Amino acid sequence: MGSRIAFVLIVVAILFPLVPLVIHSFARGYVFPQLLPAEWSTRAWRIVLATDGGTWNALRWSVVVAVAVTALSLLVALPAGRALGLRAFRGKRVLEFLVLTPLLVPAVAVAIGLDITFIRLGLSGTFWGVVLVHLIPATPYAVLVLAGVFANYDADLEAQARTLGASPLNVFRHVTMPAIKPGLIIAGFFAFIVSWSQYVLTLQIGGGKVLTLPVLLVSTASGGDVAITGALTIVSALPVVVLLGLASRHVVRAGLGTTGT
Amino acid sequence: MSSSGNHSLRTEPRRSAPLPIRDRSWLKLLPALVVIVPLFAAALMLAVIQSLGYFPLVGMRSFNLDAYRSLLGNGEFWQSLLLSTRIAFTVALLSTVLGIAMALGIRKIWRESRRLGFLFQLNLPIPHVIGALAMVHLLGQSGLIARLGHAAGVIEAASEFPALVYDPFALGIVAELLWKDVPFIAIIALGVLGTVAEDYESVAASLGASSRQRLRHVTLPLLVPAVAPASVIVFAFAFGSFEVPLLLGESFPSALPVLAYRLHTNVDLSVRPEAMALAVVMSIVVMVTAVLYLILVRRVLRREQP
Repeated sequence: MGSRIAFVLIVVAILFPLVPLVIHSFARGYVFPQLLPAEWSTRAWRIVLATDGGTWNALRWSVVVAVAVTALSLLVALPAGRALGLRAFRGKRVLEFLVLTPLLVPAVAVAIGLDITFIRLGLSGTFWGVVLVHLIPATPYAVLVLAGVFANYDADLEAQARTLGASPLNVFRHVTMPAIKPGLIIAGFFAFIVSWSQYVLTLQIGGGKVLTLPVLLVSTASGGDVAITGALTIVSALPVVVLLGLASRHVVRAGLGTTGT
Repeated sequence: MSSSGNHSLRTEPRRSAPLPIRDRSWLKLLPALVVIVPLFAAALMLAVIQSLGYFPLVGMRSFNLDAYRSLLGNGEFWQSLLLSTRIAFTVALLSTVLGIAMALGIRKIWRESRRLGFLFQLNLPIPHVIGALAMVHLLGQSGLIARLGHAAGVIEAASEFPALVYDPFALGIVAELLWKDVPFIAIIALGVLGTVAEDYESVAASLGASSRQRLRHVTLPLLVPAVAPASVIVFAFAFGSFEVPLLLGESFPSALPVLAYRLHTNVDLSVRPEAMALAVVMSIVVMVTAVLYLILVRRVLRREQP
């Protein structure tokens, strides 16, 4: 069937580009025109996973920055997404565009614009400095997803629960939260992967001190050892692919993309 | 926390629609705007100020348009602008068309199998740095495709393989961005296809619309409002992407973001205002394109409606 062929072609197109890096990571002297390496080796993996190597440090930086960015962006995106999704009000279109603008402006422009000021404020080369700049591209995604969720949300249920005597806190816990949970997970997932993927903002504001995986990856790649680069790309991709597996069953249900902004 | 009984007596049932006259909804946007606006607006304002030549660190305290003048007189700037614009338009157009086609092609499988749906989204969370490195070793002259070409007897030496990375046509850059963005658009489209579109399509079908009429007059008009903003984001991202052209592009002319970074990190601090001017120009180009595009989409949609 046609759709079956399309399915196979698409999956191949998505997975195939990653194959060379995986082969390289397990190969020794894998040169043109070998299709498969003459000699397999775990050398690169031993180096990359060594306890005293930079990988674990970079992994830790990537995780703590992304977790902080996720938590903070959800915190500010929740009320914003609710306002944008639930109601129509004057100036909504302008505000929507305002929230989206950080996704339009090149990250390089933000990075070099803030450079000197962040150095002066002592934020350059610090954890919080990097978290702050990651919030710029992460928050709009969280707001977008949550606006989509609240567009399909019936706020009258909250009023009904209040009428029945539930406190605001209980309303949030037992009415709002269960209804928006899938959306919240997707919004958090997006904020996490946006932070996880940042390169130039981290490079410029992190000033070589906040060495996340993408920063380590580019400097490793310029070192020229393809096997080590290959192993490091897998280490960098794996955590977010696993997260995707955990979050993906919510993607369809959350109705991502129905925001219609 | 406080006794809930008293509260409930004072609570009037609220209606979510129609709108109250004095609506304070916009207040809820404040936390997000407080994060986004000062940081982001500050970045742009600082770029504007520094682009006008105010840069006390190296003793420049005057305001003038020298940086813009020298940027616009720089031949590389125009070549880079052309390159970045071409990349962005190509990627936005192709990923929108291919993404919608992909969504229509796989909507049945997507609906039926969660596990297979996972495969379509697999590269969604993978950073562009990884995608770019993957393309180097897939499309490069000693990459996997070149090796397959050799095995098939099409080429003898690596140098015979056409340059697909670091090439003047930016094919490697476009390939990487499409690899990420076609599934992105497809997932946005699938969100619509799985929810609203189905009902309208079956109504149209029961009224006797052919499958082609349904696609043209029902499915596509429903997809546009969700896909249009996504394709604007794709355009903006392709235009502003830094690591992808850094790892896959020619060194001359380089994409605008790479040029901006190079000017910014130049040892000669006096060219910094030029880097800032470039940051400002890039931001303006993207914003203007986005606004024009969204206005155009709204016009087209309005004409669609009777």
